[in-house]
Amino acid sequence: MALTTDQEQRKRRRKSSFSPWIMGFGRVAFTVAITMIGLLFITFIIGRVMPIDPVLSIVGESASKSTYDEAYRQLGLDKPIIVQFFIFLWDVVRGDFGESLLTARPVLDDLIRVFPATLELATVGTIIGVGLGVPLGVIAAVKQGTWIDHIARVVALIGYSMPVFWIGLIGLLVFYGKLGWISGPGRLDIFYVDIIPTVTGMILIDSLLAGDTSVFWNAVSHIILPAGLLAYYSLAYISRMTRSFMLEQLDQEYITTARVKGLSEHAVVWRHALGNVKVPLITVIALSYAGLLEGSVLTETIFSWPGIGLYITTALLSADMNAVLGGTVVVGLVFVCLNIFSDLLYKFFDPRAK
Amino acid sequence: MTNLLEVENLTVKFPTRSGMFEAVRNISFSLGRERLGIVGESGSGKSITGRSILRLIRHPGILEAKRIALEGEDLLTKSEREMRKIRGHKISMVMQDPKFSLNPVMRIGDQICEAYRLHAKASKAEAREKTIKMLEAVLIRDPERVFNAYPHEMSGGMGQRIMIAMMLIPDPQILIADEPTSALDVTVQKEVLEIMDKLVRERGMGLIFISHDLNVVSAFCDRVLIMYAGRIVETCQADKLHEAKHPYTRGLLNSLPQLEHPVDRLAVLQRD
Repeated sequence: MALTTDQEQRKRRRKSSFSPWIMGFGRVAFTVAITMIGLLFITFIIGRVMPIDPVLSIVGESASKSTYDEAYRQLGLDKPIIVQFFIFLWDVVRGDFGESLLTARPVLDDLIRVFPATLELATVGTIIGVGLGVPLGVIAAVKQGTWIDHIARVVALIGYSMPVFWIGLIGLLVFYGKLGWISGPGRLDIFYVDIIPTVTGMILIDSLLAGDTSVFWNAVSHIILPAGLLAYYSLAYISRMTRSFMLEQLDQEYITTARVKGLSEHAVVWRHALGNVKVPLITVIALSYAGLLEGSVLTETIFSWPGIGLYITTALLSADMNAVLGGTVVVGLVFVCLNIFSDLLYKFFDPRAK
Repeated sequence: MTNLLEVENLTVKFPTRSGMFEAVRNISFSLGRERLGIVGESGSGKSITGRSILRLIRHPGILEAKRIALEGEDLLTKSEREMRKIRGHKISMVMQDPKFSLNPVMRIGDQICEAYRLHAKASKAEAREKTIKMLEAVLIRDPERVFNAYPHEMSGGMGQRIMIAMMLIPDPQILIADEPTSALDVTVQKEVLEIMDKLVRERGMGLIFISHDLNVVSAFCDRVLIMYAGRIVETCQADKLHEAKHPYTRGLLNSLPQLEHPVDRLAVLQRD
């Protein structure tokens, strides 16, 4: 009897578990919409209050009054600012960010071209950073206070404090200039460019999709140094955070339980303690990944990497507001998406969050 | 009766800024297939004594003893690898609060299976079957559901029964219960104790029951050690606890409220 009621209850739970998903999705969509509108509003206002005359940068300084006025009306600048904002909002929703002054192409096309470059660099960097940073942090925590811990600390400190343009240039000098182990700046050697069809915009993936391994290895030899630098930077942060999370977990009672069971130190540390560290680490990794996705201007500049950081900076310096606003929207979207994604991962890894 | 466990001249020290702190000072006792209670106030060294038997004193702590012998075999001469075969397999421990002593992100079934498979080279399916049986033995209703649940979904009493199941599944000879009911609701304390008692008795195990609750210990154990400031001050039969002679034990007994003889003001221990 008790069993049947239990089963019924479970059935009921299964049926009703459908609507919370929709509710959850609705809530997420609402949050995203509000956040994005807020972000767009702020960037729009900043774009308008900047002492840059968008009309002048189009028509040039020697244009006549009538040309100026016509351009002024065409840009919709005679309308009230709130109306201008909604026009801008509607354009963005349709994917129209206007044209870039600098490249004379739709900003959207530019973004589709530059963002995958940054995505590729940041992803490879994060994968290396997590792959090395997490074990380094775990080992530092386990060997707390020993020379291993101190070495890990120094390694992380250097990663934090060394300016990336310096390490980048020295890296290029040594590994490209002197040793010739890797390729120089850019994403590909010139004779590999445009061989493979663009699918994702990420050369590493596109070359594999096309089955062209020579392009793939050339891209690897180009990305390895800039990605390694970004990885070092995120490794510094991730390893320190991992260490402190691990120390906290290794003090918990369930660790003693695991030892009482007769488990090896290896299982205690990597299965039990790290299992609990995964959850807070998700946030740390997501934040560091988001930081890299914003585009690391210095790294992209040194390595002539045509990514979004370089794109936004160049646009800013030449008062190309359409491009700046477009880039900001992409960066904002990335942040919001990563947040949602890490929330989902949280629910997946932490049974208490369900 | 042969002794399962013999502890001779055990001392546990912790280096502190103001010199060595001796948490346990030169104590000796033995355990047969019986229920031995260790009572004492907080900081008297009873928990450290329990952990010393498993050689689980954390890093700065120093464990010294003439002998800690399990069935005549000295544990002090064993390597860490050999100790791991003894932990869980021969000697096990149930800790105070299941909220903290169970891994929060691992399924209950996996945690119990892990303990079993570590010592009993069994297949996954076998371990699962055995785990379900063990959960039934600690009177968990619907063990299939509990197997796939996480610790936070359990009540305190259930958590402690799961802990007992996990610690008894490799069939150890000695169970150390370190305040197993202190974190539990009074209403479930007795239930958990009864389950533990039944299993320990059925398996002919030795039990070391660490507690600060004199009433529970005198009702539940065969023999009681009373610890104070790292020393064993008195050993007596549990049913004769109320005839104890040592002034500290008397002091402890006097500080308990009694239903039959209510007093205005409870006695407080005199520490000189």
